[in-house]
Amino acid sequence: MSQDFPFVGKFPLSDYIDDGLDWLTTTFSGVTRAISTVLGNGVEGVVTALSFPPPWVVILGFAALAWYLAGRRVGIGTAAGLLFLWNLQLWQATVETFTLVLFATAVAVAIALPLGILGGLSDRFKAAVMPVLDFMQTMPAFVYLIPAIPFFGLGQVSAMFATVIFSMPPAIRLTILGIRQVPKELVEASDAFGANWRQKLFKVQMPLAVPTIMAGINQTIMLALSMVVIAAMIGAGGLGGEVWRAIQRLQPGNGFEAGIAIVILAMILDRVTQKIGQPKKKQQ
Amino acid sequence: MQPKIQVKNVTKVFGDHPERALQLLDEGLDRKEILQRTGQTVGIQNVCFDVAQGEILVVMGLSGCGKSTLIRCLNRLIEPTAGEVVIDGEDILKLSNDQVLERRRRKFGMVFQNFALFPHRTIMENAAFGLEIGGTDKETRDAKATEALKLVGLDGWEQSYPSQLSGGMQQRVGLARALAVDPDILLMDEAFSALDPLIRRDMQDELLALQSRVKKTIVFITHDLDEALRLGDRIVLMKDGYVVQIGTPEDILTSPASRYVERFVEDVDKTQILTAGAIMHDSRIRVTPNDGPRTALHKMDQESFYSVFVTQRDGTLEGYVWAEDAAEAVKRKEKTLEGIIQRDHYAVKPDESIGTLFQMLVDTRIPLAVVDDNGKLLGTIVKTQVLAALADAQPDKEDAEAGDGEGETEPTQAQETAEAKVGA
Repeated sequence: MSQDFPFVGKFPLSDYIDDGLDWLTTTFSGVTRAISTVLGNGVEGVVTALSFPPPWVVILGFAALAWYLAGRRVGIGTAAGLLFLWNLQLWQATVETFTLVLFATAVAVAIALPLGILGGLSDRFKAAVMPVLDFMQTMPAFVYLIPAIPFFGLGQVSAMFATVIFSMPPAIRLTILGIRQVPKELVEASDAFGANWRQKLFKVQMPLAVPTIMAGINQTIMLALSMVVIAAMIGAGGLGGEVWRAIQRLQPGNGFEAGIAIVILAMILDRVTQKIGQPKKKQQ
Repeated sequence: MQPKIQVKNVTKVFGDHPERALQLLDEGLDRKEILQRTGQTVGIQNVCFDVAQGEILVVMGLSGCGKSTLIRCLNRLIEPTAGEVVIDGEDILKLSNDQVLERRRRKFGMVFQNFALFPHRTIMENAAFGLEIGGTDKETRDAKATEALKLVGLDGWEQSYPSQLSGGMQQRVGLARALAVDPDILLMDEAFSALDPLIRRDMQDELLALQSRVKKTIVFITHDLDEALRLGDRIVLMKDGYVVQIGTPEDILTSPASRYVERFVEDVDKTQILTAGAIMHDSRIRVTPNDGPRTALHKMDQESFYSVFVTQRDGTLEGYVWAEDAAEAVKRKEKTLEGIIQRDHYAVKPDESIGTLFQMLVDTRIPLAVVDDNGKLLGTIVKTQVLAALADAQPDKEDAEAGDGEGETEPTQAQETAEAKVGA
């Protein structure tokens, strides 16, 4: 009653991948350990810095920043939301999650922007990168956790690694789109005045692509937040950790509290980053 | 003087195997056949013309005739497949990419059909764009941009954004952006085509006024014959990628090189375009003040005229005499015409459009005199000539030639259709 494939044995794909990952882990252990240390310390440092002052000071700071970046309504909403999270005794977890998302997004954008610009300028590069992006987005996010552990060990850096891979594609895609959307006449006009590729990119293409790129970064942040519960499974802690604990102990009340906290954080980040992307003056 | 721009046998083939198309072009096949046989699109073929320093050359033709491709070959926004584009004695097709960028920054200003202003930059920053690219420091480029904006009548708008301006104003910014770098050559690609007719008219007038001050070499692309005739010192007419005719507006109107050109010019409002110089007759008979009245009478009698123009020996117009006065003078035995010269004639310049001649022709019983800037008589116009010119798209050859006047070379009568290279 064997369901095995006839005549030939199983293609040892999993073995190949394992061997490959083993090789990567041993060969680059120095690199991964360094990354792990730097990012781990960075995250820890920011979490400590944000946890040190009394929560109301930090909340006031964030609210002021949100007000400055996105206007009064978002500022007030930010203050109200964060005060509510403090009240739910989720302040520490919120700080941890926020920091994780911040770092993951920063790393993702740092990788995505150059790749997106290349893809925006070169058809060949775009053709090469698109299937990779499809792969990254459709692969179940859990799978990234498994190799992350041998690379970076249990904890926040592994969680960030998985989060970066999962959340990067929209930033790349929308950067490509943003660059390509710049009207051909404008690129031609800058050519006609003798702009070289760098001048064209930084004086014309990038500024005009900013709203689209910001939409991509906004998507990246949202995807990173959606990873926090999954990341909690390998010890990332934070709000995801609260949800994960509630699942294990079957405490629906606690689970919802933490879940709502993630939603509030998501709303704040979304509103603020959306407003950054919009040009200040209405144009055409 | 060396022409500013020389375009020699420039051909552009779009596609990945241009050499095959080039070969078929040499064999005399046309665009359509080449597309069918090779899949290559011939943009322009064997285009030749010169542009003189300070001239406005209008390239005109219907959409798809290759005029936009042609103008982009001049600054290598499109790389020609074959030929030479010589600017100030230098074939720019032989330059390296960096050199081309340098030439674009220094020599060319370009104005686009849909303005192509940068929406994220203020009017000032738009106007200063070319200078910024060229590495001019901020203070200088702001000063130059301000000056250019003033030139096009946009002072006070420096801090606005393009979206806050009307179409006509946006194109002024486009023009200022091109002028700010103080280029030798302005390339204008359908620059006024997106504007509504009244504004377009204004912009054309302003361009001409501006040109009389800045004296750039301008290559202007349009599909609008009226515009071409208004602006062009000379016109290059294109069809299917080749040049059909090159000549002054009068040349194109009065002697179309082919049925294609004729069809183009049929609709033109000729009262605006035809000039006094184009339709005048040579004043074959004329007398000098020292001629006797008998001579004058005799000359009038031969042509059965009632009057004759009187000129000095060097051709300067003095006035005219009536036949009856001359007859009286003969009876009085006067030796010269001095005593009977009338001076209430109308004199017009050769570039006067014939639309303005009607009123004068109604007012007077003698022909209109056409004189040059020094007051020398070039020719005469009577009512029937104006009507004939309007009625007939192509006045018969004799008239056109008669209008040239013997020996007196006048700019409007420029005969230099010579280099018109008519493609296959």
